[in-house]
Amino acid sequence: MDLVDFLFFVEVLVGGLLSGIMYSLVALGLVLIFKASSIFNFAQGALVLFGALTFVLLTEVAGDFWMWTGWLAIVLAGAAALIMALQKLNVDGSAVKQFSDKYLPRMPIFIAAFVVIVLALFIDGGQNMWRAVFVTMLLFLMLTTAVQSPKWAIGVLLGLAVIALITDGAVTYRAFAVTLAVVIGLAMAIERIVLRPMVNQEPIILFMATIGLNYVIEGVAQGVWDADVHALDIGIPDIPFDFYGVYFSQFDLFAGLIAAALVTALAIFFQKTRVGRALRAVADDHQAALSVGIPLKNIWAVVWAAAGIVALVAGLMWGSKLGVQFSISLLAFKALPVIIIGGFTSIPGAIIGGLIVGATEKLFEVFVGIPFLGGGTENWTPYMLGMFFLMFRPQGLFGEKIIERV
Amino acid sequence: MFYREVGQYKSSYPADQAIFPLSNDRIGVMIILLIAFIWPPLSGSQYLMGPILTQLLVFGLAALGLNLLTGYAGQVSLGTGGFMAVGAFGCYNLVLRLPEIPIVIDFILAGLMAAAVGVLFGIPSLRIKGFYLAVATLASQFFLLWIFDHVGWFTNYDPAGVASAPTQTFFGALTGEGRALEFLAPIDVIVSGPNATPETKYVLTLAVVVVLALLAKNLVRGMTGRAWMAIRDFDIAAEIIGIRPLRTKLLAFAISSFYCGVAGALYVFTYVGNADTEAFDLIRSFTILFMIIIGGLGSVMGSFLGAAFIVLLPPFLNIVASNLGEGTLSGAALANLELIVYGGTIVFFLAVEPLGFARMWQIVKEKLRQWPFPY
Repeated sequence: MDLVDFLFFVEVLVGGLLSGIMYSLVALGLVLIFKASSIFNFAQGALVLFGALTFVLLTEVAGDFWMWTGWLAIVLAGAAALIMALQKLNVDGSAVKQFSDKYLPRMPIFIAAFVVIVLALFIDGGQNMWRAVFVTMLLFLMLTTAVQSPKWAIGVLLGLAVIALITDGAVTYRAFAVTLAVVIGLAMAIERIVLRPMVNQEPIILFMATIGLNYVIEGVAQGVWDADVHALDIGIPDIPFDFYGVYFSQFDLFAGLIAAALVTALAIFFQKTRVGRALRAVADDHQAALSVGIPLKNIWAVVWAAAGIVALVAGLMWGSKLGVQFSISLLAFKALPVIIIGGFTSIPGAIIGGLIVGATEKLFEVFVGIPFLGGGTENWTPYMLGMFFLMFRPQGLFGEKIIERV
Repeated sequence: MFYREVGQYKSSYPADQAIFPLSNDRIGVMIILLIAFIWPPLSGSQYLMGPILTQLLVFGLAALGLNLLTGYAGQVSLGTGGFMAVGAFGCYNLVLRLPEIPIVIDFILAGLMAAAVGVLFGIPSLRIKGFYLAVATLASQFFLLWIFDHVGWFTNYDPAGVASAPTQTFFGALTGEGRALEFLAPIDVIVSGPNATPETKYVLTLAVVVVLALLAKNLVRGMTGRAWMAIRDFDIAAEIIGIRPLRTKLLAFAISSFYCGVAGALYVFTYVGNADTEAFDLIRSFTILFMIIIGGLGSVMGSFLGAAFIVLLPPFLNIVASNLGEGTLSGAALANLELIVYGGTIVFFLAVEPLGFARMWQIVKEKLRQWPFPY
């Protein structure tokens, strides 16, 4: 093998490793949720698509939308504050008390629904009904989830108002901040509305429910757009650069750095914080965690929020690489072999699995698939590889050892 | 009052072990079968027979196959589309290259091919469990479709990769002039290809499905089915009481794939008339998994109820949406709305009745037993 061949091999290998990192980004979200709640969240791919689409949508909407959102947020925050004040001021037995006991707990949701519908009628002046419906559903989901605790609600809403009204020039940051809130809200809403009522069901039932969710999210996300590809520019040029005769994609390298940062952040979060410790306890044993007083519901909400963040990051990276389009949600299928190789419950496993999958599929495609098999092998090589790995380690490389007793 | 078993005494073992021990069930099934065989052909409605009933039967059969594997033997598989494709392209090549074989034998052979492939991809199930296995079965889905896409021989080198069902008679080419079975020619009918009538195709599909469904019903209440259920409920315990995991699991994969393969063959020959690999993609596998989840895991009837629901939901939504949204919504928006409602309905059903239609039917039976009296 001469030098040129060797350099080509290295180039393919590194390209594969770097694209593998991109798969890991999606796989991370799956692992987070599976670890904490044993739910195989098939809708992660749809969440990724959803995050990317929402970001693009928000960078493209006009200033009017931001103004409306800002004022709406202030009105809602005021309403929530008023409700809290009313509840504190209550005198026993009064008519106010009876009224508030009956309706106030539900009030934020009523207000949210009402104002959001009004808002939706203004957005786009009725030009794009679907976009209005879409934004309506988004805000509604976000608000109803947040408003479970009035203090949180006020905080979230005021933050939203600040972002929407003050950061006038910085479209990207503004869109990112709001998208982050929306995706976290959606992820938490999924957990709260769909999966929590189904807790203790068979895993396969939960899995199928997330596939159903996947359809819903894809339908909603696509309903807003045509089937076109939307460009998403996060400011990283995708030019290859020369490193001693080997060409690397600058963008992929950057994606690798992002993934590394994300994993480091997650690792610190899991190892060094109170919530992280609780998360690890829940991952070890739900019931034991519950019995020592760890609030399971809050933990699940946190995990889903984290999965939402990871999905957004993955969506932005994939979106700027391939353009924001429907096929992004299908790329989640690349994340499945990643986690069976790495193990369903291991965050480092998701990264290593991604590297293995990326490298193998690219090398196989370039050196075996295209010359000998007619190409297109990238679809199945990761799965075959995963099957092979599982034959020797049925729990994946880093998964917890499966111990079964009668 | 309407569904009472009181007074139906069984005085012999055969009576006790009949498929439908209650005369209510027996008569009900007979009536349904009678209607299914007679009414659609008499009505002459192509829409009813083709896109509705034949589709329902074909996917019901595939769902039944998957239910044997997932519902009874507890092995989650996402490779159904791949196994259906094996049956479809296998049967296509059999008919194309050996037209002498009667079509029913073709179906069986196609099923056997799918079974062989199923066993191959079922081998990892001995070591891999749960979701790991589910993801691993995706390998069969992607790999098999890739092969059918890239090896032109399977589609007879069709430039578009589409396998069109050739014209074939029930008894095959041997009934032609001067051939061995010429005496059968007067009762021979064309069952596939452009010249086959929808009535023939429908009745043939129904007959195949009924026979296979009865077989499945018997299978799951016999020793095989009990072994499967023991493996499903706790494989280690099952192994300890003497059920061989290797044989049982591989048998489940083989029989499940057999059913899926026959369903794939029916899909090409009696339902659509042609097939490319797109018809058996991953979405198809998921759809069939939906059918058994919604219909009820571990229920033969549930497979068909679930199939009916999933098959009938899109046309129903379509009709509703096109009546409601006439002129206001574009086609793409309607498609997305359908997607949302489809997914939402599935989630709703899972939340309300995770055990599926089969459980609902049981509840209905219990209600019918007393109704309208309080007890």
